[in-house]
Amino acid sequence: MTALVLLEFDDSGIKQPSRSAVAAATALGEVHALVAGVDLGAASAAAAKLPGVSKVLVAESAALDHLMAEQTAALLVALAQGYSHILAATTAVGKNVLPRAAALLDVQPISDISAVVDADTFVRPIYAGNGMATVKSSDALKIITVRAASFDPVAVDGGSASIEAVSVGDLPGLSKFVSAELSKSERPELTAARIVISGGRGMQNGDNFSLLDPIADKLGAAVGASRAAVDAGFVPNEFQVGQTGKIVAPELYIAVGISGAIQHLAGMKDSKVIVAINKDEEAPIFQIADYGLVADLFVALPELAAELERS
Amino acid sequence: MKILVPVKRVVDYNVKVRVKTDGSGIETAGVKMSMNPFDEIAVEEAVRLKEKGVVTEIVAISMGVAQCAETIRTALAMGADRGILVETDADLQPLAVAKLLKAIADEEKPGMIILGKQAIDDDMSATGQMLAALLGWSQGTFASKLSVEGETLTVTREVDGGLETVALKLPSIVTTDLRLNEPRYASLPNIMKARKKTIDNKKPADYGVDPAPRLTTIRVDEPPKRKAGVKVASVAELVSKLRNEAKVI
Repeated sequence: MTALVLLEFDDSGIKQPSRSAVAAATALGEVHALVAGVDLGAASAAAAKLPGVSKVLVAESAALDHLMAEQTAALLVALAQGYSHILAATTAVGKNVLPRAAALLDVQPISDISAVVDADTFVRPIYAGNGMATVKSSDALKIITVRAASFDPVAVDGGSASIEAVSVGDLPGLSKFVSAELSKSERPELTAARIVISGGRGMQNGDNFSLLDPIADKLGAAVGASRAAVDAGFVPNEFQVGQTGKIVAPELYIAVGISGAIQHLAGMKDSKVIVAINKDEEAPIFQIADYGLVADLFVALPELAAELERS
Repeated sequence: MKILVPVKRVVDYNVKVRVKTDGSGIETAGVKMSMNPFDEIAVEEAVRLKEKGVVTEIVAISMGVAQCAETIRTALAMGADRGILVETDADLQPLAVAKLLKAIADEEKPGMIILGKQAIDDDMSATGQMLAALLGWSQGTFASKLSVEGETLTVTREVDGGLETVALKLPSIVTTDLRLNEPRYASLPNIMKARKKTIDNKKPADYGVDPAPRLTTIRVDEPPKRKAGVKVASVAELVSKLRNEAKVI
């Protein structure tokens, strides 16, 4: 059995969620990795160093830049022969591309797995993580997206895979990339951060999110938000942690002014240590927090920043 | 242009769902059911496109048990023109749903199909992409903004690091993200009017589709429970606990 993992990368290498997808794939057998796009020299070298990967397929084509679904799915279909599993991380790219490839191959995809039981059987959360379903696939080929927070990513080096260019056939010209407007931040990405501090509706407005900044800077944390805060327009959607946003499992999660709706808990309850700061003693977030502080966040946040600064 | 809006009947998002004690699934007996919230956004967007004069007819489609007709009625009350119900007791999974929707699209010949990015029950986030594949159409998933100009659909998508804009050749599939719009409440007169709109009743066999599931659910477990920890009295105590007890900072 050999699994093929579609990797995402940027200037700093293979993205952490993709390295988690490789970790999931190594539980299944031999692992090949696919990098696609343009200027793939650095990315293919980085992919070849991932422990557990035996071969890197390199698909160089301007049509594959930005990993658009129509083109990338067509590439996966062309490469699918001989693989028992095709995987990617549950990211905007993975969610966009893999189901499309699956339909073309007459396969029912298995979305967002949190554990591998055996080659056909996987665990995945349903109902915002309120149930963990063990599902068995009857398809010969399994197409899987992997919940990155549930698998420790493989290291960035230690492996020495062979690198092989693959020919890119005709790709559909149905879609064109126009532009991207990505938030620029010196902070770590939400899904890769060791510490996350998130604000909720209790922050009252977008400006108040700056109260989280000195704490995030001091701790090297990423800043997140609840859906309520995103819906209220305090911060952009890419900050959203929850069922319909990002799923995170950092070592420390600090929830500030977040009541703890099921929707939000679905995105962070696997964090190692959870801190809740809320003035409402009855807020459900306290039922899952390791450390709860009942306090007005407008008093507590400056104090916390000062306390961290002091020591 | 005609537009199709598939809508799914799911456990209402306010319901605290429970795993059945025998581990066979989620308890749905006697539980309030509603339209999947992302599908409401899809209906709203279709109605707005009709109000703008881009769309001429909206067909709402639902699949599953007979009560899915209620979900279609909700879409009709929001402004859809007619409905199609594909009735079946089968456990419909995204691949079967996509095949049925493809068959309907082949008959109806819409210019666009808008649906939710994800259903809040199975959390698969797959049907739209799969339907696009089967039809050989372009796809604009996780849309927060869209505009139609001639044969081109421009979609702004919610991606991990921010927003991405793509230009798609119509016909297209769009899946909706939260910020695309805020769905309207159906007014009482519109709810009354919706009762007179037609819903065609079909079966999977009418479309020659075998709805058999490819994934078998072996069991459903409760997620591991977290226990409430301790309350700290001050910020200083919190920092001290994080530093000395949890050792995470």
